[in-house]
Amino acid sequence: MNPTWFPRLLATAFALAAACAPARSLADENPAPAHPELLPVFDQFGGKPGLDALMDDFMIALVDDPRTRDYFAEADQKHVKAMLSEQFCVILGGPCTYTGKGMKEAHAKLKINEAVFNALVEDLQKAMDLHRIPFRAQNKLLAKLAPMHREVVTMP
Amino acid sequence: MTPCNRTRSWCMACTVLLGAVGAGAHAQSGETRVAPTAAESARPDPGVFGSGKLILTGGVSPLEGAAGGGLTPWAVIGGQGTRDEIGASAFYTRVGVQDYHLDDIGVLVGFFNRLELSIAKQRFDTEDVGAALGLGRGFTFSQDIVGIKLRVAGDAVLAQDSWLPQFAVGIQYKRNDRGAVLDAIGARDDDGVDYYLSATKLYLDHSLLANLTLRMTRANQIGLLGFGGDRSDRHKPQLEGSIAWLLSRNVAIGAEYRMKPDNLGIAGEDDWYDAFVAWAPSRHVSLTLAWAHLGNIVIEDDQRGLYASVQIAL
Repeated sequence: MNPTWFPRLLATAFALAAACAPARSLADENPAPAHPELLPVFDQFGGKPGLDALMDDFMIALVDDPRTRDYFAEADQKHVKAMLSEQFCVILGGPCTYTGKGMKEAHAKLKINEAVFNALVEDLQKAMDLHRIPFRAQNKLLAKLAPMHREVVTMP
Repeated sequence: MTPCNRTRSWCMACTVLLGAVGAGAHAQSGETRVAPTAAESARPDPGVFGSGKLILTGGVSPLEGAAGGGLTPWAVIGGQGTRDEIGASAFYTRVGVQDYHLDDIGVLVGFFNRLELSIAKQRFDTEDVGAALGLGRGFTFSQDIVGIKLRVAGDAVLAQDSWLPQFAVGIQYKRNDRGAVLDAIGARDDDGVDYYLSATKLYLDHSLLANLTLRMTRANQIGLLGFGGDRSDRHKPQLEGSIAWLLSRNVAIGAEYRMKPDNLGIAGEDDWYDAFVAWAPSRHVSLTLAWAHLGNIVIEDDQRGLYASVQIAL
């Protein structure tokens, strides 16, 4: 075996770890990982205009729902809707840029348990039903959002 | 995910998120408020008895009382409670085949999406077969089942970035009320214990839920005909599987298969299977209808019929 092979690999591994580890703790998970393979789903959502329209009814449902109302009623709803629309657009492979915060930072000051997270998912499902988005397309988006519970749920 | 992919997605995360954090910091730089916003003052419902689970993710109640499909337990914890809530559910099930019927009631309590305790009572009515066997028409075997299930690893529903299932281990203690008759047909005991390991995963991007359960058992017809027999008296491994396809937020269809031991010489036993539709008109109510094939039961072959179940969950 070439004697320099192993130390070089070790050094590369350390360099990679050093490059990524601090960034991970600072920036956490990518809030809008792009999934180009979901572009057909993006079309089923009606593209960016479809997402924008969806967010209007999603926000109405969130403010209507006693479990989520207090988190959104006095928030900058226009901004939240715009960020969600961008985020979903990027995730579904659409031609957008997410300009919002990371999920951990965005929710750090909020008291959110799993029941509240699930309530939000339910309200999103209702809004997607209202917009006649096929159930299987809904699930492809939800599958990408669900893991965010690790950063969105802040208690306990 | 390969290490290479993971590294790449991390680095992408670094880039995108540094941008996002930068934007956030910029937006906040002009703010001077110290008082919490309305959203920051918002609190979840403080009650410990909760119903925060997503619809249908608590499963329905199978024959033996533990949450799962119709025939087999799943790794999910029953009731509507999340990780910080206690949930509960109750069910009534009736299975009617050509020559027998079974009534089954039970309740379960799920603690913090971690531990589940369940009890069920089954009454197996032999109808005319009872008379043919000299036991009397409508002779019944009753069985009580006490179950405990512990979620040991994984997250079936929310961890959609991992293919790994949720795992649970469980024990079911069963006691039959017809010791003398069971003795006469060759069963070794009127009570017994089943041990099982279940793995369950919701594959949301395919709208599919899959479950596999490995059960160690010596029960005859799940215990309705006692435990152990002349052919075998040892615990034997049996596989049970369920697959469910979600059609909408509150409707799922699927199929199940359950292997069973065959311990009694005079009452041959077959594996069970069914096809089902489950409907949850609300988060608190679910109805399950199944067409079940139960094979030979005592002296009557090829038993098949309808399985109907209603469940109320809190």
